[in-house]
Amino acid sequence: MVPTSYYVLLSAVLFSLGVIGVLTRRNALIVFMSVEMMLNSANLALVAFAQRWQSANGQILVFFVITVAAAEVAVGLALLVTIFYSKNTTDIDEINSLKG
Amino acid sequence: MEYIVFIITAIVAIIGAAAMLMSRNAVHSALFMLLNFSSIAVLYLLLRAPFLFAVQLIVYAGAIIVLFLFVVMLLGAERAEDEADKLAWQRPVALVMGLVLLAEAVYVFFLRTGAAMATGVAGDEAFGAPLKIGEALFTTYLLPFEITSVILLAALIGVVVLHQPALKNKLVLPGERGTGNGD
Repeated sequence: MVPTSYYVLLSAVLFSLGVIGVLTRRNALIVFMSVEMMLNSANLALVAFAQRWQSANGQILVFFVITVAAAEVAVGLALLVTIFYSKNTTDIDEINSLKG
Repeated sequence: MEYIVFIITAIVAIIGAAAMLMSRNAVHSALFMLLNFSSIAVLYLLLRAPFLFAVQLIVYAGAIIVLFLFVVMLLGAERAEDEADKLAWQRPVALVMGLVLLAEAVYVFFLRTGAAMATGVAGDEAFGAPLKIGEALFTTYLLPFEITSVILLAALIGVVVLHQPALKNKLVLPGERGTGNGD
């Protein structure tokens, strides 16, 4: 069996890559993809711990996280499309006013 | 055998994530994210979670990636950041801060935990069977499960309201013709 710490290490690496993506990229769509990747790496850690303690609770939590992530993607992309229609950009440096 | 599968899949996942960050074209980014999500699904299978393997492929690799690709192509936002960066000095700082976060996580996970995580557990494979998950979802976790459906309904209504042209027309001041678009 692969030790649990390997999975947690992989999860930490993917999470850090997601953080770097959120901090460095300027395209709002790619920032959003990086957020999704961070959610995914947290899910991986949860499933690894569920396997370590032989419990289904971690997997059920991941199921809920995936559901909420799907809702979040739908609303977030709708917001991006609306912002694009009024500002004609997805560059987060250009989106700097509260009033569209 | 399991080590080999794990190492190959982990390398593919990390390459997918890094390529997603570095590619200039947003469509390529979405496809590299698909690679990353699929390899994580394989890891779920290695962790004896067949139900989550299916959910990951259907919801993430299926629905969410398709939604991302649709929006990227609809907006034509493949190359949104070609122009010069106003805050170029932030990039190396962000990179350093991400690496510091990784070092911190490795320190906490590997130097501050005991031996509990250092070994794998063989165990029986039945704990994560879809049957067990379904039983728990509809008994112990019935209330969260129902609340999830309310969250999905709220998201649905939110998206419909955001794209409702009739609502936007009402916001236009009387006297000027509304075109359904703010400007």
